[in-house]
Amino acid sequence: MTKITYIEHSGTSHTVDVENGLTVMEGAVQNNIPGIDADCGGGMACATCHVYVKEEWFDKINEKSEGEDDMIDQAFEPKKNSRLSCQILVSENLDGLVVNMPEKQS
Amino acid sequence: MIKTDALIIGAGPTGLFTAHQLKLIGLDCEVVDNLDKIGGQCIELYPDKPIYDIPAVPECTGEELTNNLINQLKPFDIKFHLSERVDEVKKSSDMWIVKTNKGTSFTTPNVIIAGGVGSFEPRKFSVEGQDKFENKSIFYSIKDKNIFKGKTVSIFGGGDSALDWAVELSNNCNINLIHRRDEFRGAQATVDKVHELVKSNKINLFTKFQLKKLNGSSNIESIDIENEDKEIKNLKTDYVLGFFGLIMQLGPIANWGLNIDKKTVEVDTEKFETNQKGIYAVGDICNYPGKLKLILSGFHEGALAARACFKLARPNEKYRFEFTTSSKAIKSRLGVKSD
Repeated sequence: MTKITYIEHSGTSHTVDVENGLTVMEGAVQNNIPGIDADCGGGMACATCHVYVKEEWFDKINEKSEGEDDMIDQAFEPKKNSRLSCQILVSENLDGLVVNMPEKQS
Repeated sequence: MIKTDALIIGAGPTGLFTAHQLKLIGLDCEVVDNLDKIGGQCIELYPDKPIYDIPAVPECTGEELTNNLINQLKPFDIKFHLSERVDEVKKSSDMWIVKTNKGTSFTTPNVIIAGGVGSFEPRKFSVEGQDKFENKSIFYSIKDKNIFKGKTVSIFGGGDSALDWAVELSNNCNINLIHRRDEFRGAQATVDKVHELVKSNKINLFTKFQLKKLNGSSNIESIDIENEDKEIKNLKTDYVLGFFGLIMQLGPIANWGLNIDKKTVEVDTEKFETNQKGIYAVGDICNYPGKLKLILSGFHEGALAARACFKLARPNEKYRFEFTTSSKAIKSRLGVKSD
């Protein structure tokens, strides 16, 4: 289990234990955390699980998948530290990861 | 008013196979979809991506799957109402009255929602004034390119739609092309063409910029764009075009009195009926204990919902289960010879 903190745009913070091997998106969905829609279910086809990864974590998570930036182009208010949470794999070395959610997903 | 045994909302794989199942058991159906083409998410989101978990099909793309499903419907005469969104579903005695945003209306005992995650809508700008200027100065699709002639048009986006229109409109418009990063995801030939036109000053390219502000009273007069370093540029412009792809929105389905949880509709697993008699939900949009969001699950759900429709469409007949391999009635519906 790995501790991940999801911060809603309003500032509300949710820290949950996520099973290793799941994605950050799945961790949010399984724990009923609002702010991540994941319309396509993790197929990297919709850009509605968009998160901002805290700078100190950005280089520690797995690199962007091929085509991920193409989808982020379509996300709501993309920034330098934007990722699709369905493409971030949870593992022990992400313990303490913090992701911020955008104002909305679409 | 169109009369039909069952109305299917959604022309994705689940909707298509449900139509097949209805026709096979001798019921009529019509299909409505908000997209301008058949195929749903398969055709809109991943036409070229291979799918590996369709039973008996080791590998096929979203487009191939769609084409195969369309082929499977060839023996039947099914009316598709594309580019139409169902806005209203209302009960009138034993029938459902269904109306679309284009004014088409249906009367039917059965409505099958095969709507995926909802209807596809263009992703819009989120800056102030977007609602005021939309369809006047801001567009997300182009119906008549002649209105742009001789004008300054600012195009946002990095995919094929943005690039194709930048190239096309650069013939007789002043074009600003704005994209949030340096790379484009359009076809390489188009990307090359855009760079050529940038060199010959036919297109003004601004990368790493995003829309910050719309300026103007009744029409847009200029826009402010901002980059990651907070540098702001003001561009005079008559029109703004946004091409950020499509998003899925549950839309009017939320207003039909159905039990909805997390953008999905609760159904039973016998008929895939919702809390409203005669309204069914199948495929990604339905929800029940153990629901798997796989295309194959949609096929199963559609087959059962189709049988449930029979009772309401033919109250005085008894549904009899038959195999396609042996049933004369089914073979005659398919237009194939019986042995």
